[in-house]
Amino acid sequence: MDKKKKYQGRMHGLQRELMERWYRKLHEIYEQDRKEAVYIMISGNPVELIRAFDMEPVYPEINALQLAIRKQALPALLKAEEMGYSTDNCNYVKADVGMFFMNSPTSLGTRIPRPALILCNFVGCNTYIKWFEHLAEYTGAPLYMLDIPFMRYEKPTDDDVNYVVNQLKEIVKILEDITGRKFDIDKLREIVKKARIMEELWAKVKNLAKAKPAPFDAYFDSTTMMGPLYVYRGTDEGIKFFEEAIREFEEKIEKGIGTVPEEKFRVVVEGPPPYPYFRVMRDLLARWGAVAVQSTYSTVGGIWEFGFRHDENDPLRAIALHMIEANLPNRNYLQRYEQIKRYVKEWDADALIIHGVKSCRLFSCGQGDMREFFIQDLGIPTLYIESDLEDPRYFSAAQMQNRIDAFFEALEHKKALSKS
Amino acid sequence: MAENALNDKVIVCGIDVGSTQTKGILLNSEKEIVEKVLIPTGANVQKAAENAFEELLKKTGLTRSDIKYTVGTGYGRYKVTFGNTQITEISCHAKGAHFVFPNTRTVIDMGGQDTKAIRVGEKGEVIDFSMNDKCAAGTGRFLAACADVADCSLDEIGPLSLKGEKPARLTSVCTVFVESEIMSYLAKGEKLENILAGVHRAIAARTVSLVRRVGVVPEVTFTGGVSKNIGMVRALEETLGLKLNVSPLSHFMGAIGAALFALERALGREV
Repeated sequence: MDKKKKYQGRMHGLQRELMERWYRKLHEIYEQDRKEAVYIMISGNPVELIRAFDMEPVYPEINALQLAIRKQALPALLKAEEMGYSTDNCNYVKADVGMFFMNSPTSLGTRIPRPALILCNFVGCNTYIKWFEHLAEYTGAPLYMLDIPFMRYEKPTDDDVNYVVNQLKEIVKILEDITGRKFDIDKLREIVKKARIMEELWAKVKNLAKAKPAPFDAYFDSTTMMGPLYVYRGTDEGIKFFEEAIREFEEKIEKGIGTVPEEKFRVVVEGPPPYPYFRVMRDLLARWGAVAVQSTYSTVGGIWEFGFRHDENDPLRAIALHMIEANLPNRNYLQRYEQIKRYVKEWDADALIIHGVKSCRLFSCGQGDMREFFIQDLGIPTLYIESDLEDPRYFSAAQMQNRIDAFFEALEHKKALSKS
Repeated sequence: MAENALNDKVIVCGIDVGSTQTKGILLNSEKEIVEKVLIPTGANVQKAAENAFEELLKKTGLTRSDIKYTVGTGYGRYKVTFGNTQITEISCHAKGAHFVFPNTRTVIDMGGQDTKAIRVGEKGEVIDFSMNDKCAAGTGRFLAACADVADCSLDEIGPLSLKGEKPARLTSVCTVFVESEIMSYLAKGEKLENILAGVHRAIAARTVSLVRRVGVVPEVTFTGGVSKNIGMVRALEETLGLKLNVSPLSHFMGAIGAALFALERALGREV
């Protein structure tokens, strides 16, 4: 078997096809200089609203991570550092800005169109505010700063929701001006309905990982599925993608096929992946028969496995709710603990792995406490490892392997002791 | 088969290829140390492992086929190509420390480039561990850098540091920057003993915060090459407020643990 495709199935092929199609569509907009690109962020994104105006979303984070996973990030990072961005700065920002100023094509050789609107749907990350401000300055495009209140309570208040809905209405006006088209609420309803169907399917996918062995890796393969989840949410292609993924995974469950020859450890993973070493990291875990059955990273754009759905009957409110309460970065830490606890219990995991990101202290701060809480209060074996989501310089293979090997040696020993 | 093996005095080997030194241990089935060697690792990791193994054979007059099982550990464990298997030094230090001091519940292992805190269970199993990040501050290398700039040998700095009555305050715990900090103290005429006392204290503080991450549960056993430094032992004891177990073989602990794993594999049971 082609070693490069060791972990790949039909879903991966389909994902590649869809993502390439999206990049080509963006390239077409670039070439024809159409004012159809809206730059938005993954976390709790309002992609449905953009699609209602036939605009295309551009996610700078996806551009950055695509560079990293194809091992092309370093020159862009160095370019940004040369411009004065600190080495400690968010490496998504640096990769994106570096790429912009190098005027380099995407990892696929295509071009990213200039933004018609920069929509900072900032949730959970204040560095992103600066990122989009910089992009607005560099491109001269209009910037709208959506202000999303953090989750302070169990549920968002009516004031929080109305506050966001009112901002969405302002965006509607801006998009009407840019496109010269009237807002069509029925069109939005249709898109939101398709988003709901897709969310249903995605939630089902995630629940399929409860099977033993799990038919896909809920960290690495979920990351792959996140592309279509954000880029194609609210479209027929997106629905088809997840229907196909479910078909493939159900077939695997029926045949008892997992992602490694023998599933020995089921883990939950917290934190973004080390994109420059995505495959290396997967190999390091696969050697131990360790498979992720759930991950928090797969919920940065939205948490749907616990029941949240966009409701087409009140589409603007649904988008607001999604942005406030149904995505990982905007939720408070105790809610994240609760989410991981449920993952460990309901997906029957043996351990938790936390991947801290050097250049993202916002995501990573508090992970030390988290580790302690899971080990000491809940008795869940927890491994903390650290590298970066973009910068290959932060990855030390020998140290990473040492930590992972030692952790699974201990788990193996513990399992053997409990059997004897 | 296990019966015969016990009667036969099965000889097994543990090779710990560390960043600075390579350690080798031969054990018999009675868990007695038959022989030990310690050589510098140098640039050729595979050769260091080979040399340590050859040295063990030479010293005992044994042949390769007499060694029933070999476990490689340490950073160079995958270069122990003649070994039967590899196990991380985290598991090995836990195992070794538990063997020498059975009441060990916490291990502090300070090596050339690594400092590790390991929580150990009643059977010597690893419960949790914590390590220094990709930075050698607070490790053996840090002490070596300090010894260099102070123009002392590595063996001297520990005893000298004990004579320091007023430990200097070292704000930096960066291996590179600490050199300039020491130089500036020396330029100011500060006593070398006080500077070295400060160095040991700074490392102890850094190490203890690492240990607290896994929890300080007595007894605490100090292993690795740096445990031979009396200044470090005292500084850690002072900071932790408890006595440390230190064995004359403490820097062989990883190799001993590896050899114990080798014995278990050779005998097919826990030892």
